[in-house]
Amino acid sequence: MSREDRGWRSRQVRLRLFRWEAQFAPYAYVAPFFIIFAAFGLFPLVYTAYISLHDYRLGSEMTWVGIGNYEWLFSNPKFYNALWKTFTLGALSTIPQLLIALGLAHLLNYRLRGRNFFRVSMLMPYATSVAASTLVFSQVFGRDNGFLNWLLSLINIDAVDWRNGNWLAQLAISVIVTWRWTGYNALIYLAGMQSIPMELYESAAMDGANRWTQFIHITLPGLRPTILFTVVVSTIGATQLFGEPLLFDFGNPRGGAVSQYQTIGLFMYEQGWFFFQLGKAAAVAWVMFVLILALVLINVSLTRWRTRESR
Amino acid sequence: MHSARGRAAGLAAGVLSAALALTACGGDSGSSSSTDSGGDTSSEGGDVELTVSLFGTFGYEESGLFEAYEASHPGVTIAYESVQQEDEYWPALQTRLNAGSGVADVYGIEVGRIRDVANNQADKWVDLTTTAAGDQLAKFPDWKTAAATTEDGKVLGMGTDIGPMAICYRSDLLEQAGLPTDPADLAAEMGSWEDYVALGKEFQAGAPEGTAWTDASSGLYNSIISTESEIYYDEAGELIWDSNEAVKNAFDLAAQAGTDGLTANVQQFSPEWNQGFVSGSFATLACPSWMIGYIKGQAGDAGSGQWNVTGLPGGAGGNWGGAYLAIPTASEHQEAAAELVAWLTAGEQQAAVFENVGNFPSNTDGIAAVGDVTDDYFSGAPIGEIFGAVAEAAPTQILGDDDGVIKNQLSRALDSVVANGVDPAAAWETAATDISNEIG
Repeated sequence: MSREDRGWRSRQVRLRLFRWEAQFAPYAYVAPFFIIFAAFGLFPLVYTAYISLHDYRLGSEMTWVGIGNYEWLFSNPKFYNALWKTFTLGALSTIPQLLIALGLAHLLNYRLRGRNFFRVSMLMPYATSVAASTLVFSQVFGRDNGFLNWLLSLINIDAVDWRNGNWLAQLAISVIVTWRWTGYNALIYLAGMQSIPMELYESAAMDGANRWTQFIHITLPGLRPTILFTVVVSTIGATQLFGEPLLFDFGNPRGGAVSQYQTIGLFMYEQGWFFFQLGKAAAVAWVMFVLILALVLINVSLTRWRTRESR
Repeated sequence: MHSARGRAAGLAAGVLSAALALTACGGDSGSSSSTDSGGDTSSEGGDVELTVSLFGTFGYEESGLFEAYEASHPGVTIAYESVQQEDEYWPALQTRLNAGSGVADVYGIEVGRIRDVANNQADKWVDLTTTAAGDQLAKFPDWKTAAATTEDGKVLGMGTDIGPMAICYRSDLLEQAGLPTDPADLAAEMGSWEDYVALGKEFQAGAPEGTAWTDASSGLYNSIISTESEIYYDEAGELIWDSNEAVKNAFDLAAQAGTDGLTANVQQFSPEWNQGFVSGSFATLACPSWMIGYIKGQAGDAGSGQWNVTGLPGGAGGNWGGAYLAIPTASEHQEAAAELVAWLTAGEQQAAVFENVGNFPSNTDGIAAVGDVTDDYFSGAPIGEIFGAVAEAAPTQILGDDDGVIKNQLSRALDSVVANGVDPAAAWETAATDISNEIG
């Protein structure tokens, strides 16, 4: 009796443990992510917002200024300049980049000799560090002894001052960004294309559709989610563009003598780590964050709308 | 690698005193006589590990000074760490000071930061006048120590090197343009910065193709302004940069040199600037003492004998760069750290550093010790004498919190005049707007 009783009780305990486990174990399993996210994602976000409401010079005390930093920001022509340059640089680098990537992926999707070699070599720029590629490109775009100007001199075109021009400098930076990210996007497109059944292409070919028609009517519709993904990721990347323009001016965050390629990222860095105005830099960081959120939402809704319309 | 070796040597000396003192001390046999007592004090807690945190090249490790100090001070071990880039070093140092943990015993501070330290961080750094290093403060030029002194007379940093300025020039290019190449003759032609620019026009008239008089307008502005005592702030700490005639004149003169085509329109420290030392895209530039080594590195062996040095126009004194050593109040070994600082900044050690890595001494004993140094690369120029005289003549500059911001914006405005064809008056206005936006 007592033995049975004990057995029943231990069964009860075990049952309760099981139930407890079933209830709480999932939380324990997901906890590491949320703890790490709270420490390295949420806390910095909230603390940045807190700092942005203060006048905080690195190495001295914080003083409360309310929305003063935001007022300063929205009345600062430098901020609007940086905003505009981020947009133009983003457009100059993202649009050609994605188009080229799409074209490359389409070509690589066909059976051709040395396909794997081409696929791997496309990823090489992505594996190169920003510093290294910018260093190489700043030799290419050098005014006095640059490679590109040497090429131009062969066809009797005078040396071009790439670094100091407005659109020229932006173009040069866009080339660096495009060179670096095209292969990466092409591979993502390629992966998306391979999930489109080959039979569709085959039957289209039988119906007499050429490769271009196949691309428009089979590849593009099938790739819509992939394109959305790359557009969102590239938009975020373009908004945060930093390393290339920084190194293009030899590590100076001013973005050229007349700030002709100072992006928002550089503007923030200049405030924070050049002038040590952490409060102002934090305000820029938050505006940038909101901007990225807004851009992503616009992207997503635009693409959804397009998808619905085409159905 | 270097620091690991230093630490290992010190540790070994503490633990196995008798046997290892001989090897660790090397040539310094004086201290090996006291090995027994040294071993005793270490077991009684006389051992101190001093952490020294520096940026760039201070030249102590390179000159073997840490090892020499460990050898002559049994029980003291030095852990040395260094960050190459000062603009990465400084934020990290500030973060540590604010957090109050992981703070080293001795820090290097760049001259551009020293006013910020003296004005805003007096509570975070040890007043050196109250320490063993205090006596040595009299050995520095007034302006060097003044920059590290707070309003109430505390001295927070002890000078390491300085950057007295001179004019470095390519004799071969000057000769081609028909200008005097002898340092004394050239100096005689330059009674003022206006003369320097006028001489530039003369040079340009007969200059070889592709050669400009100087490198950049912003560089010229930087040198002119370095000879002034009152620049962006007045003695009361008020911002006066936009009403200070010295600033406006320097700006206008530098801008004029740019619009007259006397500059090569290259940014200092850019690849194009580096190539300019070889290709001769500029014939003269204002060079602080530490740039001597830089020029040699860029111009290479082929440039030997092409270069020469003369003083600033009118025999003025100017300074660009240099650093200090300071002890944070969070240090647990302030006295021992002060002894180390005093030793490292003493004349003899500064002269040794100069010979090894070229950092010019700020200690007057050190300046005297290097007085007869000449440089074969620079046509045998008496660089010790030239830079020493400039250091003596350099004014005590009134520095303020936002000097860096103002200088940055003005340099940028000058760059825009030459590189982007902005009208000098408009560039000045833009700089004024940007400055008031930033610090107003």
